Amino acid sequence: MSSWPTDAFRFALVGNPNCGKTALFNTLTGKRQKVANYPGVTVETKKGRLITPSGRKMVAIDLPGTYGLRGRSPDEAVTREAIMGEIAEEQKPDLIVCVVDATNLRLSLRLAFELKSTGIPVLLALNMIDIAKARGIEIDIEGLSRDLDMVVVPTVAIDKAGIGDLVAAIDHHAENKGVAPVTQWHEQSADEVRAAHARVQAIITRHVKTPRNADRWTRRIDQILLHPVFGILILLAILFLIFQAVFSWSSPAMNLIKDLFEALGDTIKTHLPDGMLASLLADGVVAGVGSVIIFLPQILVLFFFIILLEDFGYMARAAFLMDRIVGGVGLHGRSFIPLLSSFACAIPGIMATRVIDNPRQRLATIMIAPLMTCSARIPVYTLIIGAFIPDHSLAGFINLRGLVMFGLYATGIIAAFAVAWGFRHLVWNGQSEPFIMELPSYKLPALRSVAINVLQRGFVFLKRAGTTILSMMILIWFLSSVPGAPEGATDPAINYSFSGIIGQAIQPLLAPIGFNWQIAVALIPGLAAREVAVGALATVYALSDNEGALGATIATHWSLATGLSLLAWYVIAPQCASTIGVVRRETNSIKWPVAMFVYLMVFAYIASFATYRITLAFTG
Amino acid sequence: MPKQSSFSEQPIPLGSGRKGLRGTVIAVGRAAGTMRDEPDSFTDELERRLLEIGFVEGADVEVLHEGFIGRDPIAIRVDDMSVALRRREANAILVRPLTTSTRSK
Repeated sequence: MSSWPTDAFRFALVGNPNCGKTALFNTLTGKRQKVANYPGVTVETKKGRLITPSGRKMVAIDLPGTYGLRGRSPDEAVTREAIMGEIAEEQKPDLIVCVVDATNLRLSLRLAFELKSTGIPVLLALNMIDIAKARGIEIDIEGLSRDLDMVVVPTVAIDKAGIGDLVAAIDHHAENKGVAPVTQWHEQSADEVRAAHARVQAIITRHVKTPRNADRWTRRIDQILLHPVFGILILLAILFLIFQAVFSWSSPAMNLIKDLFEALGDTIKTHLPDGMLASLLADGVVAGVGSVIIFLPQILVLFFFIILLEDFGYMARAAFLMDRIVGGVGLHGRSFIPLLSSFACAIPGIMATRVIDNPRQRLATIMIAPLMTCSARIPVYTLIIGAFIPDHSLAGFINLRGLVMFGLYATGIIAAFAVAWGFRHLVWNGQSEPFIMELPSYKLPALRSVAINVLQRGFVFLKRAGTTILSMMILIWFLSSVPGAPEGATDPAINYSFSGIIGQAIQPLLAPIGFNWQIAVALIPGLAAREVAVGALATVYALSDNEGALGATIATHWSLATGLSLLAWYVIAPQCASTIGVVRRETNSIKWPVAMFVYLMVFAYIASFATYRITLAFTG
Repeated sequence: MPKQSSFSEQPIPLGSGRKGLRGTVIAVGRAAGTMRDEPDSFTDELERRLLEIGFVEGADVEVLHEGFIGRDPIAIRVDDMSVALRRREANAILVRPLTTSTRSK
């Protein structure tokens, strides 16, 4: 935004959730936008710039959707704070463009009145006017404008030509901009809300004619999508599709990224003299960047579906269907999709919690997301199960190994629900949040807007998560490579590094849960990503990266109790620095990632201890 | 439209409404008198949120859908929009059911 004059005309887009505000913002500003992050605020605000046909440069601010200025949480208050100029980094807007859904005027007009009462000029963008017309809704725009005492501009968010009038109206306002208004606001009492509704009702009665069953398509679609049987079946089918997509559609791209970065690392190693610098660049920086970028395909695929379903209006329905299942432990219906995504990888899952409006429920969802069995655990599970669990059949058709695998997934889910329950009852004293959610009418998503939003997610991930994760990767590389092996060393180099030193130092701590020093050493590079532990174990045992050989080695070196204890550890332990990094970014705090790390560590230790001791008791 | 009993004009909490129930909101929040088991702080916050999303006295409501476990949550048509909420929250809304004969629309 550097080239824009600081005194450029600023207008804020404010509106109810689902009013098409973000699509309008995307059409207005195109790709010239950025996500603004305010300290301590986790909801997202976007800024973009545009040049009007008359050549005026303007800044547009897209504020989170809201039904009123009364913030029910610090996050929700950001809309009011931005309007009132209470955010240090932001100036007060010169104009508020109140975006209203022309097919659903009641709540938006109440918001328009509240916005107007702040003293800042308000312009009404009567959005989705095309849908309103198609549904036979007649709106007397002049009468509305007169009664509201606002300029009212009909708009179609996705139609670039259709918003020319809006830009012209904003430009006209900027031309005649007077002195900055004195702003004021007070929290409306319940009775003031009632009075505002009555006032809006009078205006609607006078100027809006809605035919009966105007929105019959939404009603018809809901007959199926919210049906107790078909609704659930369709939801499961959609979830299955998303799961498939995240897992398999993104794997070619992920393999490509993996190969690319491995090739890049090899190139560096062949062209640079063997030593610390080559190792830092190849094993630290390149491998570190690669381990971040490899998540990008999953994130893009996942967010494509989430944003598409959100824009279509389905996400609220999915939340409705799932609310009873996840609501029992204090989560929101909308927690479901992020948790499901976490079976692929907790990182996109945690990023997807942005669809949960309530900050507590969002936080609880973030905190339990790592307990979902992500795909990075599978190599570890496969190794240990292959080494210790016999390939037997139970009752003729149940494979024992498969059963153990299933048990590990189930344990993760049960643990997650137990933690969520504990959160609600121990941390938040059993308070529950009301579940009240608009079921917006179905709308065809604007693909351009979806694409812009998906790409934005990708950039946000690379920029914010990337920096944190990369620095952790370099730290872990440092721990595992420095100091190098002395001359004439016989053991693998990692044993002489800080990882080796730390691993052997903490081994007494891990002895009660059955871990030998080799495991303790492998756990440290394994913090980079869970599956790295498999390679690290092979390194520690001085084997080539051969899983068969490693399986045979651990089967002879470890007891069954140790194997099972390590499985229990991997169900729960925070063996993933990237996840912690993303939690740090998504919660905008240090406190929550630290809390997550500590609780998962303690929890994992207890689970492994119990597993180890119980198995020992049975096997002697 | 399923038929309502012609004796159903006694006000009832919306939270006890079954699919197909139609009615008019006559009280929201503490005034509904249906939330005595809930803490006042919960009810007061709830009242604001319900008002903000359109459950005002006089609004026309209809139970459109019920969840598949325990028939909870429920989807309600409020005037011309749809809102999902749990029965516990819907109990803060007192509704006078419309009978087939008094239905205006």
